[in-house]
Amino acid sequence: MRRSSGRVARPGALPPALAPFAALALLFLLLPVVGLVARAPWRTLPEELTRPESLEALRLSLVCASLATVVCIVLGVPLAWVLARSDLPGRSMLRALVTVPLVLPPVVGGVALFTALGRQGIVGRWLDEWFGVTLPFTTAAVVVAEAFVALPFLVISVEGALRGADRRLEDAAATLGASRWYVVRRVTLPLVAPGLAAGTVLCWARALGEFGATITFAGSFPGTTRTMPIEVYLALQRDPSAAIALSLVLLLVSVAVLAGLRERWLGTSA
Amino acid sequence: MTMSPLPPMSPLSPMPAGDVALEADLHVVRGDFELSLALSVAAGEVVALLGPNGAGKSTALRALAGLLPLDGGLVRIGREVVEDVEARVRVPPDRRRVGVVFQDYLLFPHLSARDNVAFGLRARGTDRATARARADEALAGTGMAEHAGKRPAALSGGQAQRVALARALVTDPRLMLLDEPLAALDAGTRLEVRADLRRRLAAFPGATVVVTHDAVDAFVLADRLVVLEGGRVVQTGTPAGIARRPVTDYVARLVGLNLYRGEATDGVVALDGGGTLVGSHHERGRVLVAFSPSAVALHRRRPDGSARNCWSTTVDSLEQQGDTVRVRLAGPIAALADVTPLAVAELGLAPGADVWAAVKATETTVYPA
Repeated sequence: MRRSSGRVARPGALPPALAPFAALALLFLLLPVVGLVARAPWRTLPEELTRPESLEALRLSLVCASLATVVCIVLGVPLAWVLARSDLPGRSMLRALVTVPLVLPPVVGGVALFTALGRQGIVGRWLDEWFGVTLPFTTAAVVVAEAFVALPFLVISVEGALRGADRRLEDAAATLGASRWYVVRRVTLPLVAPGLAAGTVLCWARALGEFGATITFAGSFPGTTRTMPIEVYLALQRDPSAAIALSLVLLLVSVAVLAGLRERWLGTSA
Repeated sequence: MTMSPLPPMSPLSPMPAGDVALEADLHVVRGDFELSLALSVAAGEVVALLGPNGAGKSTALRALAGLLPLDGGLVRIGREVVEDVEARVRVPPDRRRVGVVFQDYLLFPHLSARDNVAFGLRARGTDRATARARADEALAGTGMAEHAGKRPAALSGGQAQRVALARALVTDPRLMLLDEPLAALDAGTRLEVRADLRRRLAAFPGATVVVTHDAVDAFVLADRLVVLEGGRVVQTGTPAGIARRPVTDYVARLVGLNLYRGEATDGVVALDGGGTLVGSHHERGRVLVAFSPSAVALHRRRPDGSARNCWSTTVDSLEQQGDTVRVRLAGPIAALADVTPLAVAELGLAPGADVWAAVKATETTVYPA
């Protein structure tokens, strides 16, 4: 009889032929990150990062990503609710529509925003005519572009959490005298809080990294629409070490996001 | 117009104790299933809705709580009509003042035991400090004071049951509904929690409806039983009455009796399934005959004794139950018999063995179907 410590190939175990490919994939993912850290101009880093343009871009990025996240929460949670709980006839169609920005090339998203909210756009025309508001190439446009691409992340995450929540707990709350709004605040939202938190973090990270839709719809004006990713792109053509320095900052943010989601994604699967 | 004091027996005076606290006529249709249940429970009375899975017990409970709209009928709690389909009255669950203990208890996982109990008070506008103080008091009343700060995940089944009961009672409901309150507990805890629950329900002044599929739970907790099968009431009565005279096979199995249907003439009942039994009562027409498995005596040969009912049969199966052995007998009169392990050995009982079964007429109960 084979000893229990001996290697017994279980069905479904990794076929040896796949191992090199897996290793290659890992390398492929890690190498650029390693390169970024290895080539970082550590000596001039403080100086690079405290340049006015860098600080301005960072500030703008943080503000816009956070505002976009707020917009996504305010609009996305109710939408997730409708998708998870209502019995609308075209609900599955609606769900598919929500995920469009996920697969749409961001640049196309930017063009689409133009056709809708640009000065000649189907809605933008009226905004201009009635309120004198022109959206494109403003900081507000950055927020709109970022919210557009980031919204699906929040909606999908919250919708999943709502579907997973035990609705009988809401029944229990109702029999205890809780009004619908009280049930939402004190039972449903706390139950979906982990999903909402994960969705918020993903949404914020996506908004922070947004490039294509932003540069298309909002342009690249220093101080008003030139966010970090755009600054990185422009710096790369002018001064690669500055681009690396700025990229490091975004990398740091990404790692922080990953750490924040560790519990949820990496904790249980180990 | 001047204000005058109400006369003592005005229609608005509070109900005297013992008056009907719950009056319900429930009609719910869900696909092929139809629930039709009329229920009337006095203040202080505990009624058990007993029935097999799918009988409509939980549906009835949800309808009473207002979680499931009626398709017909009405619900009156105390003097207030909380639902009347014809009059288009429907009070939502949060305004019915009904306390519900759900199956699996459904404690809020993100709140401590204390905040679970305080939830109903907070929802009705009590300030946090007062609500918590009253919750602590309620928990202390069930010996749960030291667990007040724990989350439900850290509580045992029995503790969760006590928290769920405290949570429902603390809001001072007029009607208590309990859905399989003991089903989630293991046998040891169950005994203790059942006795505790009985005391608590006895002290509750309003009407109580307990849903269960467990006969012992129903018999211990309830003053009156309503047996539900396939969405309809098949029998109502006191636990003792139902235990003595079951009217369906389900109830007979629950209370552990052999039950037969037949046609009675001059004290002899011709059973529908074949064979005859002599009963102790002289009923006529359609009747039910019941006797306990312990009333059945088994013999190797035809007995000469006084038993009026005696038939030859074969052993189908044997099953040890505590210190007796339950013998399942095949036809012509299929029956359960409880005998001692000694008798099993002496008679050489085994599946397929031929035996004679005997039941005294005085051990049978014959009653109209």
